Amino acid sequence: MANELLAGRRERDNRRLFTRLSVVAVAMFGFGFALVPFYDQICRALGINSLVERGEIAANSQVDRTRLVSIEFDANAHGMPWRFQPAVRHMEVHPGELVQVEYEVANVRGAPVTGQAVVSYGPALAGRYFRKLECFCFTQQTLAAGESRRMPVSFVVDASLPGDINTITLSYTFFEVAGLGGKS
Amino acid sequence: MSAVIDTHGHAHDHHGGYGGVMRWITTTNHKDIGTLYLWFSFIMFMVGGVMALAIRLELFSPGIQFFNPDLFNQFTTMHGLIMVFGAIMPAFVGFANWQIPMMIGAPDMAFARLNNWSFWLLPFAASLLVISFFTPGGAPGVGWTLYAPLTVQMGVGMDLTIFAVHLLGMSSILGSINIITTILNMRAPGMNLMRMPLFCWTWLITAYLLVAAMPVLAGAVTMSLTDRHFGTSFFNAAGGGDPVLYQHIFWFFGHPEVYIIALPAFGVVSQVIPAFSRKPLFGYASMVYATSAIAILSFIVWAHHMYTVGMPVQGQLFFMYATTLIAIPTGVKVFNWVATMWQGSLTFETPMLFAIGFLFLFTLGGFTGLVLSLVPIDIQLHDTYYVVAHFHYVMVAGALFAAFAGIYFWLPKWTGRMYDETLGKWHFWLTMIFFNITFFVQHFLGLAGMPRRIPDYPLMFESWNKVSSIGAFGFGLAQLLFLYVVLKAIRSGAKAPERPWEGADSLEWTHLPTPVPYHTFETPPVLK
Repeated sequence: MANELLAGRRERDNRRLFTRLSVVAVAMFGFGFALVPFYDQICRALGINSLVERGEIAANSQVDRTRLVSIEFDANAHGMPWRFQPAVRHMEVHPGELVQVEYEVANVRGAPVTGQAVVSYGPALAGRYFRKLECFCFTQQTLAAGESRRMPVSFVVDASLPGDINTITLSYTFFEVAGLGGKS
Repeated sequence: MSAVIDTHGHAHDHHGGYGGVMRWITTTNHKDIGTLYLWFSFIMFMVGGVMALAIRLELFSPGIQFFNPDLFNQFTTMHGLIMVFGAIMPAFVGFANWQIPMMIGAPDMAFARLNNWSFWLLPFAASLLVISFFTPGGAPGVGWTLYAPLTVQMGVGMDLTIFAVHLLGMSSILGSINIITTILNMRAPGMNLMRMPLFCWTWLITAYLLVAAMPVLAGAVTMSLTDRHFGTSFFNAAGGGDPVLYQHIFWFFGHPEVYIIALPAFGVVSQVIPAFSRKPLFGYASMVYATSAIAILSFIVWAHHMYTVGMPVQGQLFFMYATTLIAIPTGVKVFNWVATMWQGSLTFETPMLFAIGFLFLFTLGGFTGLVLSLVPIDIQLHDTYYVVAHFHYVMVAGALFAAFAGIYFWLPKWTGRMYDETLGKWHFWLTMIFFNITFFVQHFLGLAGMPRRIPDYPLMFESWNKVSSIGAFGFGLAQLLFLYVVLKAIRSGAKAPERPWEGADSLEWTHLPTPVPYHTFETPPVLK
């Protein structure tokens, strides 16, 4: 009798402890998730999360502010049913400055057309100092029937551009890529 | 309980209702479950060991020889996960199951059926880990720490691993609740807490660590899972999450995990060393307090694993000081073990050899840990082979050596048969020598700057890598000898005497026959 009573009490004690420890385990599972907003707040309060502070982002120190070079933009579509023109025809830039311009192109034919732009510079010597980072002339362009598009060109005029070059003409000519008209 | 009825003449009636395989699947006996845990951990030790050998095979020479880098990464990841969660942790849970009820005079664990379930979750978790190798994209190759953002990019294998971690975590938490309840509620009358063998104390504290730390890991991998499939952005920087946050949450689990592995090993060694020194453990109370201190400190040092993430210097200083502080309670333990041996009448049977091996090599691993705790040095050594050498000194020479010591120590009690002492000593010396050949040289590689988890290396690292690989294969073969020694003892070992070690004085030695019967202490022992 006494033994059974003891066993019953032990059983009850065991269950109680099991419940308590389970609550601890579940709470610790929640604690893991609570760490998410906790870290967010503490890092915000102490300002320790971002290694690069806003306003600390590096500025381009390679721009030659003493010079201005005149850039003229030109566009031709060689025997193609495309209307092709620069958004801006002329601009003044500092050597070393990153510039982005856009060209507009529209397909006036009732079928898709693929074209490839070929670039030329005037004077030709300037080409060596004209660094394009992004250009629609890097790949073939396919326009659907009647589609029009604005295409970017990003470039930097190298600061070592010879002093006697004051104007650069950037000229693009689109040629139709034969045999691909209807495809891709 | 029908099993109380003693029916002589029927060999298997005391094994419950079933025979054969069903006995093991349905068993609720703490000794059976302890045996299951130990065999499971040995099998996982072999699986993880094969992966370790694959890693060392690839690193035998510079260049890519056998495995593509992707598979190599999968091996390093799975080797770590399987050894930590599949081999070392279950091994000590196995010891806990066998020993704790006998040491405190309890008839069984507090929740016997839950105990069965805790174990049988493990084979499923292990299968998920192994199956992940055969999924498209293979097993995750992200490292055992499962760092974001890589975890967000992996294939199906990552999901299997996450579910495996969930199962492993559930198993550990349930097992821990069981152990805490057993120790707190099931002690025999007169067995007050400060009379318990130290092994029970270290497990009590470890179980608390598990209940507190394991759910945090489950939370971390759950966040990875929802980031992968449910569009959350806990760690996904593209959605405003923070990969470093994962590291903070992971290591909040990860550092206590280190002590979850180490403390039960301390417990085993604290039983073995007094037995073969024929002296009581020196400074028992200070051992208990040191263990508690280590456990508490383990929760405030996690960021020492991440000194290089770009922490403010005040943070680095705090975590550096807190980490070096752990050397004090650990030092108390090491000196207590040495003081236990001081002027003892020592004999050097295999368990004692492994315990002394543990003492030497774990202390060495502790020292390199102290080196790594220092911010300026750690920034140099972060993610190098120095770190690999360090944690293998504490995991292998620490935890694994203690597990070997425990097996040799208690095998006669459990089976009633002695192991072959000569072969046991061979096993120890081969393990000791090849362990050091494998891992000591990795300190040199790390100091010279060889990064971990990379399948290729510059020519200048070749010679030490060759030495390390040779050592690894020797170490692996030596463990087959261990399997042979254990099997030989079980099948045809000489009959163990009633008190195999006369210096051992906890309840299982003094109050129970050898081999221990299937049911013990159904009536609590009388303690003087």
